[in-house]
Amino acid sequence: MTEVVAAPRANAGTRAWLRDNGVYAAIVVLVAYNLIFTENFATMANLSTQLVQVAPVLIVALGMALVIGTEGVDLSVGSVMAIAAAILPLYLGYGVLPAVLLALVAGGLCGALNGTLVAVVGIQPIVATLALLVGGRGLALVFADGQMTVIQNDSLLGLGTGELLGLPVIVWLAAALAALVWLLVRYTTFGRQLVAIGGNRSASALAGLPVRRVLMTTYVISGVLAAVAGIVATARLTASDPSAIGNLYELSAITAVVVGGTPLSGGRVRILGTVAGAVLMQMITATLIKHNLPDSTAQMVQAAIIVLAVYLQRSRAGGGQ
Amino acid sequence: MTTTQQPTTLDPDESVSSNTMTRAERLAGLVQRRGSIVVLALVVLIASVSFDAFPTIDNAQNIAIQSSFLAIVALGMTFVIISGGIDLSVGSVYALGGVLAAYGIQFGSLVGLLLPLVVCGAIGLLNGVLVAYGRLAPFIVTLATLLGARGLLLAITDEGSTTRLMDREDWLTQLGQGTFLGLGIPVWITIGLFAVGVVVLQRTRFGHSTLAIGGSREAAALMGLPVARNTMLLYVGSGMLAGLAGALAAAYSASGVTIVGEGLELDAIAAVVIGGTLLTGGAGTVGGTLAGVLLLRVIQNVINQVGTLSSHYQSVVSGAFLAVVVAVQSYLSRAHLRGGKR
Repeated sequence: MTEVVAAPRANAGTRAWLRDNGVYAAIVVLVAYNLIFTENFATMANLSTQLVQVAPVLIVALGMALVIGTEGVDLSVGSVMAIAAAILPLYLGYGVLPAVLLALVAGGLCGALNGTLVAVVGIQPIVATLALLVGGRGLALVFADGQMTVIQNDSLLGLGTGELLGLPVIVWLAAALAALVWLLVRYTTFGRQLVAIGGNRSASALAGLPVRRVLMTTYVISGVLAAVAGIVATARLTASDPSAIGNLYELSAITAVVVGGTPLSGGRVRILGTVAGAVLMQMITATLIKHNLPDSTAQMVQAAIIVLAVYLQRSRAGGGQ
Repeated sequence: MTTTQQPTTLDPDESVSSNTMTRAERLAGLVQRRGSIVVLALVVLIASVSFDAFPTIDNAQNIAIQSSFLAIVALGMTFVIISGGIDLSVGSVYALGGVLAAYGIQFGSLVGLLLPLVVCGAIGLLNGVLVAYGRLAPFIVTLATLLGARGLLLAITDEGSTTRLMDREDWLTQLGQGTFLGLGIPVWITIGLFAVGVVVLQRTRFGHSTLAIGGSREAAALMGLPVARNTMLLYVGSGMLAGLAGALAAAYSASGVTIVGEGLELDAIAAVVIGGTLLTGGAGTVGGTLAGVLLLRVIQNVINQVGTLSSHYQSVVSGAFLAVVVAVQSYLSRAHLRGGKR
């Protein structure tokens, strides 16, 4: 993904602004549009439905943003969600806490596997995580014996249906995780090392940064967050369905990150943008559906928005800097 | 199949080192390029000894026809990956190709064959223009067309609720279902396309340019190669091949099924990588890809033969296999690099 430096453009300023703030502007426009033209948009019920739908994608996208910040990508997140979902019902008999913990540990182990392949063995992130994407879902189905299991544990189901201060627990959880990851990127040594490694890996290594450890930690975080999303999705679905949970989530997560203004070339992580990206994509789908436009149109519009987002980012290497 | 070397020496040291390669380095290179064929032979040998139902003509025909559709997709992917790119849209384009064939056949067999080629080629063109002239990352461009092509498919099938059937008497349907000398016609088409692929990669300016672009895009541009045009054509080819594979698969099942092809891009990438083509671009073989496809399908077949194993193990084995292959590749290429510096 090397970029040839293009001649500076006259409209570079506009473009840079669009690149950094376009996602927020788009949300404002969509909200305004919906307030005027969509019935029942500004109701609490609609708002919380939309936010609940965003939550699992957002949780996965947070980890993805970190990985993409290191100039990597984690394609395995959807399968890791399925693994976490498959593990839950196996251990719910011992109580909800051990089951959730085991699911998180499994997610962490998946991340550690990705991290090892990327950081130690030196495989390209796309292929390393592709292996787990392919193998992980199979593994999840083997764990679950190919079956869907209905969850009957009340405290786990409470995660899916519970509310706190008028908003669903899931939404609070996603918001808290987003805040946590934002703090991690902005205020910790780890966050700075991560961005530095994404910007220039060999220079970081020469500067004595613990490249392998940071990369490993990043993939582990992504795996654990994917497991959280898998647990959340299971709680919402009230069933563990390893063949369906997390399908194509890697694409939604990457889309949220890219639309949010984090460049695929690494060296920059925008957590707030990622949150906005996830919200924007959900709002677009919801708006189209509310206006009776079919799924097919929604997908084509999403495709166009992804291309537009990367097109705007392209100018970063050209005019911006 | 013969190996393909970089046609032009970009690194002045390379010509020196290639003449003075040690035996270990040559071995490493050989494993990299031919490893998949050796492993395929081993797996086939072990399976033939272990399972009575494996080494039968019926089963071989079965594996051949199942491999053919993926192989055609993987052929286009091989060229794209050799150039340093990636095409994630092929799964959706494959499904779209099948639906378009079933849709077009009502206007005549030729329309049924050409429509998928033209539309899927156009999607490839869109990918190619955005990647080659727009300088956008192939990963994200083709991710967008993955969504877009699926949307288009839904739009022409009443949101996926209509599955059009193809007349079994039609010659286009026969292109999928017919057999010649005991092998399905899609298998012959695959063999023909791979033969063309080998020649294009090794004997034509286009193939050599593709290798050079994958080696170093900047160097290729400085040498005056038509980098953008060449890159664009690669994506057009990948789209058309995926569309053709989808059309043949639809003909094989005599219906334009809307839910096929999800995750096919991953199988294709896996086959290409297992076949020894480097994801970083600049090196790869068409024959290796064929071996990679066959390996994936033989593993699938063997797991089905072991009655007690759940079919879910298939993807576990494929995934593990992919990880091992790339780990070995990475180790070998590092050994190669170390050798070059001596």
